[in-house]
Amino acid sequence: MTMHFLLLFSRQGKLRLQKWFTPIPEREKKKIVRDMTTMVLGRKPRSCNFLHWKDLKIVYKKYASLYFCCGLDAEENELLALEVLHRYVELLDKYFGNVCELDIIFNFEKAYFILDEFLLGGEVQETSKQVVSRSIEASDMLQEVSERPCSR
Amino acid sequence: MSPSVRLQEMIRVIRGARTQGEERGVIQRECAAIRAQFRQADNGTRSHNLAKLLYVHMLGYPAHFGQMECVRLIASPRYNEKRVGYLGAMMLLDEKQDASLLITNSIKNDLSHSSQYVQSLALCTLACMGSAEMCRDLAPEIDRLLRASNSYIKKKAALCAVHMVRKVPELGELFTPAARSLLSEKNHGVLHGAVVLITELCERNPDTLEQFRKVVPELVLMMKGLVMSGYSPEHNVAGISDPFLQVRILRLLRILGRNNDTASDAMNDLLAQVATNTDSSKTAGSAVLYETVLTVMDIKSESGLRVLAVNILGRFLLNNDRNIRYISMTSLQKIVQTDHNAVQRHRGTIVDCLKDQDASVKRRALELSLALVSAVNIRSLMKELLLFLSSCPPELRAHTTSGIFNAAERYAPSQRWHIDTILHVLTTAGGDVRDETVPNLIQLITTATELHCYTVHKLYRALITDISVQSLVQVACWCIGEYGDLLLRGECEETEPVQVTEDDVLDALETVLQSHMSSPATRGFALTATMKLSTRITHNVDRIRSIVSIYGSCIDVELQQRAVEYNALFKKYDHMRAAVLERMPVIDKSSPGHTNGESAGGTIKELEPTKLTQEIVFPQEPSNQVCDLLDLLGGSGEPFQPSPSLSSTAPGPASSTAGGDLLDLLGGLDVTPAPPSVTVYEKNGVTLKLQTDTQTDTGMTVTLTATNSTDGDITGLTLQAAVPKSVQLQMKAPSGDVIPAHGLGQVTQTVLLNNPNKVSLKIRVRVCYTSQSSVCQDTVQIDSFPSTAW
Repeated sequence: MTMHFLLLFSRQGKLRLQKWFTPIPEREKKKIVRDMTTMVLGRKPRSCNFLHWKDLKIVYKKYASLYFCCGLDAEENELLALEVLHRYVELLDKYFGNVCELDIIFNFEKAYFILDEFLLGGEVQETSKQVVSRSIEASDMLQEVSERPCSR
Repeated sequence: MSPSVRLQEMIRVIRGARTQGEERGVIQRECAAIRAQFRQADNGTRSHNLAKLLYVHMLGYPAHFGQMECVRLIASPRYNEKRVGYLGAMMLLDEKQDASLLITNSIKNDLSHSSQYVQSLALCTLACMGSAEMCRDLAPEIDRLLRASNSYIKKKAALCAVHMVRKVPELGELFTPAARSLLSEKNHGVLHGAVVLITELCERNPDTLEQFRKVVPELVLMMKGLVMSGYSPEHNVAGISDPFLQVRILRLLRILGRNNDTASDAMNDLLAQVATNTDSSKTAGSAVLYETVLTVMDIKSESGLRVLAVNILGRFLLNNDRNIRYISMTSLQKIVQTDHNAVQRHRGTIVDCLKDQDASVKRRALELSLALVSAVNIRSLMKELLLFLSSCPPELRAHTTSGIFNAAERYAPSQRWHIDTILHVLTTAGGDVRDETVPNLIQLITTATELHCYTVHKLYRALITDISVQSLVQVACWCIGEYGDLLLRGECEETEPVQVTEDDVLDALETVLQSHMSSPATRGFALTATMKLSTRITHNVDRIRSIVSIYGSCIDVELQQRAVEYNALFKKYDHMRAAVLERMPVIDKSSPGHTNGESAGGTIKELEPTKLTQEIVFPQEPSNQVCDLLDLLGGSGEPFQPSPSLSSTAPGPASSTAGGDLLDLLGGLDVTPAPPSVTVYEKNGVTLKLQTDTQTDTGMTVTLTATNSTDGDITGLTLQAAVPKSVQLQMKAPSGDVIPAHGLGQVTQTVLLNNPNKVSLKIRVRVCYTSQSSVCQDTVQIDSFPSTAW
């Protein structure tokens, strides 16, 4: 599942998370974000979740008030991409307990850490939910330990 | 107070800002504070400040002053600082920034760190933004980690290796041995990474691909295990055991089985098993089935398996989930040429999807429906298409109309049906048709001699109802001008005749002439039609004379010129008028845009390329097509639609007047056992060979084979062909459009020819391709064929 980018944005088009897996200049990134938000937010409610944009396939899904949107190569399996997005949402849900948009806003760095345990270089790195969750927990423990003053 | 609350506090404050200006103010203050903190010595708050900066960056504000801080934090011994530092690097640095080189050393050290979580950070960052240089530097490290570490690290190292191979393809050789051994791991994460890595290696290097064909049995076993295993709580998704891994294995099998019989055989059973045993009630199962179908269609599978795959797609078409219907149609589109009959079975469902609410689904359904049109289903399918046209979204209209016209031209069961269909389209969507529709329709009308009366009646009725659709009005004017006498006669077999007087007809034409809605071209049509009527009516010739003289001072130069010339025709050349304006002969479809024979030299002006007049009525391709393909043997070629992925049939014109037939080269075709092939084109390293195979005494199969001896792949290969007028041509889908370099592969395309009149067979082939980023285009004419005996 070679992803080029993964974006999370709200219904008003505010970006909540952006992960880029290919090197793109800053200006180009802003343009892509603008294009994605316009395209996705402009979709009618009962459309299918797949779009075409330039030579990429765009797969998006709405979870509560957040849109999860990723850009894939043209040969990728869109249905699997939906599963990937769903898995990420499940991981967030497990971590935050009934995750909502505010959790992701106020703990954005944690959302990134979770993503980095699930996807690597645009590909799925771990297919087991439990393993990913355990890795995050362990990393968090390590972080807590290293934050204590006595461990300096 | 725990420091991270400050981050959340800042977020709260920013979100509390009521205006954009207020938000900017808050952020400027925060950034200033962060900058100041960065300049100070280490005070334990650096990671939190960087986190704040990253938040600000996500809102869209500049944050480059944080780049060096990322570098410093990455080098810190403390995990919490490293974590944020690496996150910052992934967000703020990319390979184009100079600062990214500075973290190479830290990454190198961290790759060998005692804590796997630190190693993980380094691997993640490297795979996200590692430049080619960094990759070259650190590749040996990654190779080491691929071999000797725990599964947590191995899976990450595998994906890091994938990134490295994408950046620096030569590194593929380094990772191949390790990749091979990873396949024996049990851990799903590692297996997944290994399969992705092997896929990447095989896609880039054909030798590696050869090597890895040997692991097909291993992969088959692995896949079987996943499919047949019972419930595994760790990897289960909606009843499917690890769909992510299953899909990747299927994709790798696809690459390994492509163009290789042995490998394809080895996976046949497995694919059948997966196709039958996978529960597709949820997306996970459908994803696996979808990948299976793609694999089956791409490898050399048995026909039974292919039918099974198409049936799965057919089932998908009936699924409630719109996504599944959509991807089913995309896949059917890809295979409709090669497995046409199998897809035909699902035509009913596809046509139903034309009524779907979703615009993407509609578009796919339209493409597929057009691809499925055949002589057998043309009437029923056209009804559906016309229904669709009346309610279709505006962005699809032009495509629909041209699709309908193509289909009608190829498969029209009768001329009347054809004319009716075109008129229906013009009335429904006349504004969205291509320019050459008008001359095409006029040509068609002239050839349908028995239907002239019917046609002119229909068009007259359409004209008096509505004169806003320019294409329709132009055709109507032309017809009334040509066949006005039939209209006035007041009798018609095929339809209810109108009772009109000459004045009524002239009124109609004058309305067109005077209306603001009429374009200049349309007015030209109307004026000439009016003039033509002067020889077809008896009473109101004076009225025509006066109309013509009025327009002699019209502002529009084109109209003025015509009017002046017609005036001259009345005054000085009245004795010639009847001859000049008499009924046109049947128009020859294939002659390029020359004026028709009957127009007296100089009185009818030759048209400029953009405007249409009724003198130039030959079907011309849109300007980006090649018109000179037509000019074979002095005007006996066929117009051709060059979409190489669709099989195209040259339209058989209703009246084929014999072209310049020369020697009957095809007399007595013999089927030779091994037809020799002849090289017809050799340039820039691209060679095109032609091989013929006769099957019947009028039909012949020609195979065109393209090979490439240059160092680079040839891409975007398209072949177009034109043949003499009475020969029917059908081009099958080519085997591909990329010719691999160094003669490693070839592209073939089969062309079916039917030569019922046994005219001398010549074929003109146009070759287009991209070689080393430059587009080349050449035309060759083949006058002699290898296998025929003459």
